[in-house]
Amino acid sequence: MEDFIIIFLLSLLTITAVAIIFMRNMLSVIMLGSIYSLLSAVIFVVLDAVDVAFTEAAVGAGISSVLFLSAFAVTGKRQVLKQKNKLIALITVSLTAAALLYATSDMPYVGDPNSPAQTHVASRYIEQSGSEIGIPNIVTSVLASYRGFDTLGEVAVVFTAMIAVLLLLLRREEDQEIDREK
Amino acid sequence: MKNNPIIKQTSFLLIPVILLFGLYVQFHGDYGPGGGFQAGVLFASGLILYALIEGQAKAEQVFSMRLARILAASGLLLYAGVGVASMFLGANFLDYNVLAHDPLHGQHWGIFWVELGVGLTVTSVMLSIFYAFTHFK
Repeated sequence: MEDFIIIFLLSLLTITAVAIIFMRNMLSVIMLGSIYSLLSAVIFVVLDAVDVAFTEAAVGAGISSVLFLSAFAVTGKRQVLKQKNKLIALITVSLTAAALLYATSDMPYVGDPNSPAQTHVASRYIEQSGSEIGIPNIVTSVLASYRGFDTLGEVAVVFTAMIAVLLLLLRREEDQEIDREK
Repeated sequence: MKNNPIIKQTSFLLIPVILLFGLYVQFHGDYGPGGGFQAGVLFASGLILYALIEGQAKAEQVFSMRLARILAASGLLLYAGVGVASMFLGANFLDYNVLAHDPLHGQHWGIFWVELGVGLTVTSVMLSIFYAFTHFK
C-alpha cells in the first residue's frame, strides 16, 4: 500500500516538473514549484521523516514562494525565451540525467539495514540519545547536540545569505540616493 | 490586495495562530517535530503575511529592518556563545553537559538556547530578505 502511495506521489511530482518546463508565466511556475515542494513534503511524511517534511513544507512551499514572488515583482513576470544553444542544453541535461540514473544503481535500498547510514552512528543515536541527551525527539538531539557544530555552520550560512542579499539589493538603493544628490 | 475585506479579515484571524504555532514549534521541538529552523520560518511567514496585508511601513513598525539585522546577528552569537560558555566551564566547544548541575539538564539548557539562537536568526534573515526585495524598486 505504501509503495502505491509513493508511486502515485512520485508520478504527481513528475507531472508537476514537466508542467513547469512548459510554463512561460512565472506566476504559474512559482505556484507549481510550491506544489512540488508540498508533494515532496508528503513523500517525506510517508517515509517517516516528519522533521524534514515540516521544513520542506515551511521553507519550500511557503517562504521561498513568497521570496520568489517578491523577486519577480522586481524583475517582471514573463520568461524571455532565448532560442540559441538549445542543442547544448539538451546534451547537458541528458548527460546529467544519465549520470544520475547510473549513480542511483549504486544506492542502497530504502531501509536497507546494511547501508552506511544505518551502520555508522545511527544505532548509537537511537540507543543512547535517551540516556545521553534525555529528550524524546532524536532528530533534535542529533541536530542540536551531537551535530551542534554542523548546525552552527548552517546558521552561519543562513546569516551569510542575508548579508549577501542585503549587499546586493540595498547597495543599489544607496547608489540611487547618491545619483539623486548628483 | 490591501482593500479586499475577505483577505484582510481572514489574515487577521490567521496571523495570531501562525505566530503562536511558530512559538509552539520553537519551544516544543524537543518533544515533537520541529525546532528553530521551522519555527523561525513560521514566525517570519506570519510577519510577512502582515506586511503583505497592511503594507511595508506598518510591518516595519512591528519589526524594523534594523531590529531584524540586530536579531540575526545576535541569534548566531547566542549559538556560538553557548559553545564558548561550555568552553569556559571546562568542556569542549558546544558540549552542553557542563552547563547545569548534571549532564542531562545541561543538554536541555544547551539545546534550548541553541534552538532559540537558530529561531532568532532564521526569523530575522527571512524577514530581512523579504524587506530587501520589497524595498528594491
